[in-house]
Amino acid sequence: MKKGRTILDKERFSLTIERLCHQLIERYDNFEDTCLVGIQTSGVVMTNRILTGLQKILNIKNIQSGNLDITFYRDDFRIREKPLQASKTSINFDLENKKVILVDDVLYTGRTIQAAMSALQDHGRPSQVEMLTLVDRRFNRHLPIRADYVGITVDSIDEAYVQVEWAEEKGVDKVLLFGSKREK
Amino acid sequence: MRGSQLSTKHVLGIKYLTESDIRLIFETAENFKEVINRPIKKVPSLRDVTVANLFFENSTRTRLSFELAEKRLSADVVNFSASSSSVKKGETLLDTVNNILSMKVDMVVMRHPAPGAAYFLSQHIDANIINAGDGTHEHPTQALLDAYSMREQVGDLAGKKIAIFGDILHSRVALSNIFCLHKLGAKVRVCGPPTLIPKHIEKLGVSVSYSVAETMAWCDVANLLRIQLERQDIKFFPSIREYAQYFGINQDIINKTGKKIVIMHPGPINRGVEISSEVADSSDSIILQQVENGVAIRMAILYLLAAKR
Repeated sequence: MKKGRTILDKERFSLTIERLCHQLIERYDNFEDTCLVGIQTSGVVMTNRILTGLQKILNIKNIQSGNLDITFYRDDFRIREKPLQASKTSINFDLENKKVILVDDVLYTGRTIQAAMSALQDHGRPSQVEMLTLVDRRFNRHLPIRADYVGITVDSIDEAYVQVEWAEEKGVDKVLLFGSKREK
Repeated sequence: MRGSQLSTKHVLGIKYLTESDIRLIFETAENFKEVINRPIKKVPSLRDVTVANLFFENSTRTRLSFELAEKRLSADVVNFSASSSSVKKGETLLDTVNNILSMKVDMVVMRHPAPGAAYFLSQHIDANIINAGDGTHEHPTQALLDAYSMREQVGDLAGKKIAIFGDILHSRVALSNIFCLHKLGAKVRVCGPPTLIPKHIEKLGVSVSYSVAETMAWCDVANLLRIQLERQDIKFFPSIREYAQYFGINQDIINKTGKKIVIMHPGPINRGVEISSEVADSSDSIILQQVENGVAIRMAILYLLAAKR
């Protein structure tokens, strides 16, 4: 039995995504030399959602996007108990001198983003990297990393667990907060 | 869901791997294939791992392939070849390896002329061991890259017909291939002169044929093996010329079957002996793709073994 508390329901979820799209448009105008890069696996779903939103608002189709898998770049690879299984990286364009917006669903310790930034380097030298996240757990950072665009901010104790559920995978969009990972 | 780790600490032979291990290696190799086709072909996964490549027997391809795989994973690499070492001074295998391990090496890639050498080592030392060929026994990484390359060409191997031609008796590639293809559900046939086909090989579940034409007509994929003259102390066939005439694959033989057959060879190829130049350079031949896949497969194995520690 799930004990999670819904902190973002379906309606507010879609409003939040829409707001993030508008924030991006405010900064990037028509997305020239700009691309979205989603971090496997949930970041990719989020990227597609943002892309759809942007295309609807701007009525343009050619915003570049890619998927980035960071498994091979993780710093905890040999100390984890269970090995991670890699997913696919597909960035079919050069990142050299591009403005990159990294997309993930939850920003927690910052280690994923650190790994993602070293992974990005292997695809060229972007002129600028920004970060967009749906949920920012700002009190649990291990590294000096912050997001530029934030859906919601969750201030919670370290044990708490935030789960983002996507309509593509779970049927309905929502964000849940659990007391601990075991409760999930 | 399939496990995300190998069931074993070493890769000593296909015999010791499960089907899901093999599939996990293929899935991981898929990701590394993407990595090695990037402009920057390197990931930092194994930056805290030291690998020793111990080659007690000659090798160009396998050794280069392993070394590239290790370097592309950012591992530290030390190389050792028997011709320039203390082995000549009478040191035992175990002593040699223990000395190398005292220098804090995490993984050992070994090729050795004695069958079972890698298994023997795994019983005595702590590091992860990858068998890069032990005598006439097994050559697991070659079999994995062969099967992976076949899958790229003909899809899932279940029910597919794979023929292995040539010197089956002296070939560790043949034995590993047979084990690997069977685990993936393929049908295997071996074809060569009777003297080069081991007695009772049918017990491994393969069929045997002495006719190249018949076997070519049967198979979807033909894996041609080299005649290993260096392992033959007696004459197994009258002459290289006669072998080439009866068991060499040329374009005519392929044309007569009237179908597309994927041509493979683990290398080094002897042009004009087991394979004609025309066939080796034709579009049906995937010899060079095999070499490319070799690096990805070896990266996958190194990566998965490192994750296992």
